[in-house]
Amino acid sequence: MKIIKNITIGLSLLLSSQLVFSAQPGTTLASVNPEADRMALQNYFKKRFPDAELADYVNGIYAVDADSREQWEELESFPPYEFDVEEGERLFKTAFANGKGYADCFENGGVGIRQNFPYWDKEASTVKTLEQEINECRESNGEKPLKWGKGAIAQISAYMAWTSRDNVFDIKIPEGDEGALAAYLEGKKFFYTKRGQLNLSCANCHLQGSNVRIRADLAGPALGHPSHFPVFRSKWGSLGTLHRRYKGCHKDSRSKPLDMQHETFRNLEYFQTYMSNGLVVNGPGSRK
Amino acid sequence: MRKLSTSMCAASLLALIATTPAIAITAEETVAEGKAVYMGKSRGNCISCHQINDPDANLAGNQGPPMVAMTQRFPDKRMLRAQVWDASKNNPITIMPPLGKHWILSEEEIDAVVEYIYQF
Ligand code: HEC
Ligand code: HEC
Repeated sequence: MKIIKNITIGLSLLLSSQLVFSAQPGTTLASVNPEADRMALQNYFKKRFPDAELADYVNGIYAVDADSREQWEELESFPPYEFDVEEGERLFKTAFANGKGYADCFENGGVGIRQNFPYWDKEASTVKTLEQEINECRESNGEKPLKWGKGAIAQISAYMAWTSRDNVFDIKIPEGDEGALAAYLEGKKFFYTKRGQLNLSCANCHLQGSNVRIRADLAGPALGHPSHFPVFRSKWGSLGTLHRRYKGCHKDSRSKPLDMQHETFRNLEYFQTYMSNGLVVNGPGSRK
Repeated sequence: MRKLSTSMCAASLLALIATTPAIAITAEETVAEGKAVYMGKSRGNCISCHQINDPDANLAGNQGPPMVAMTQRFPDKRMLRAQVWDASKNNPITIMPPLGKHWILSEEEIDAVVEYIYQF
């Protein structure tokens, strides 16, 4: 049963990747063109929702659905993440046992740098996310790493985003670096590939299906997805990181979700954040 | 002789019915089962994407077309069943899950849901 299931999933992967080939070029290292992808995504949404402002896509579904926007604006008048930002600041400024702190690990003392994450770390030959570096900072100073999805790590990340609000995302894929380009490409393919028992891709819900009802849920447009993370989600009743959300959405296709900070999720974040270049950081955000 | 064979037939028919009670479900039961499949979140969950003119269908989604005029649009019921069994055959990037092909529903459940929507 499991084997057959894997075969059918494999088959549908094959099928859909062929489709990706015909529907949008750039699925090989030789042909992929991130800038062209970014413009194509923007143009897709310009056509799809002609009345929405490009800059407003940082607000997710609320950029394109007037009804839920109204409820959200009410929510934002007393931002549910305020406490988390304060707590994040306190944690950020609390010294480790060895007397050092987070500020010592990051450029510019960790202030106003959210727009540069995730980035391609050439030496380590992998994509690095902000949360990952928060934990690396702890470990290199003799502290235990934090759990990835929520709690202190999300609060620290929220504070760092808060100090970066309105800075423009500027994710770089270094010229001539094949590893970086391959990581981007893997993220892109992951986004467009159908998977799981329900045979759904991220694109199914966040391109085709954006602002169309799945029962009472509305999936938002993919453009700007990472801009406001970490996010306070009413359904969670707490702040959560982007990878927490990835895990949940991945489960929605009834496939076994990957672990948070898995290389594939980091590549996905690299792709998605590159797509958001030109938009501003407005994390932390709030969502229903 | 003739009498004997008729009564034998009747007996075997009776035996058939007696040993396979599951088959003896009525058309209404099939439709009721189909409705449960249509509405059930862990079953077909068709309601999450398709509106249907059933008073019990609240908060239906609209990813797919509404279930109306089914007999007109699918004069051949087998085409309707094929769409439910594997929607990706008609449209490889469809958002509709392949309910039969990926064993989300059993063959009997698919038959039942087809009967249910065929009334609308
Ligand atoms: C079955 C439909 C479905 C699938 C498949 C799906 N999502 Fe989602 N996703 C949703 C819904 C519904 C929401 C909540 C509404 C919203 O905020 O967009 C959501 C929210 C999100 C958010 C948060 C958006 C925000 O503004 O806060 C991100 C990021 C996201 N999804 C990414 C993904 C990725 C990446 C994949 C593929 C691994 C994926 N989704 C697959 C339905 C889906
Ligand atoms: C996640 C969304 C989704 C779910 C769940 C879903 N469908 Fe669909 N369905 C669609 C979409 C979208 C279409 C439009 C055709 C396409 O894109 O392939 C469609 C098309 C159809 C059609 C063809 C209608 C026409 O006029 O051509 C039928 C019949 C149908 N679905 C029945 C069902 C049944 C029965 C179930 C549940 C057992 C179901 N669907 C579950 C999304 C869905």
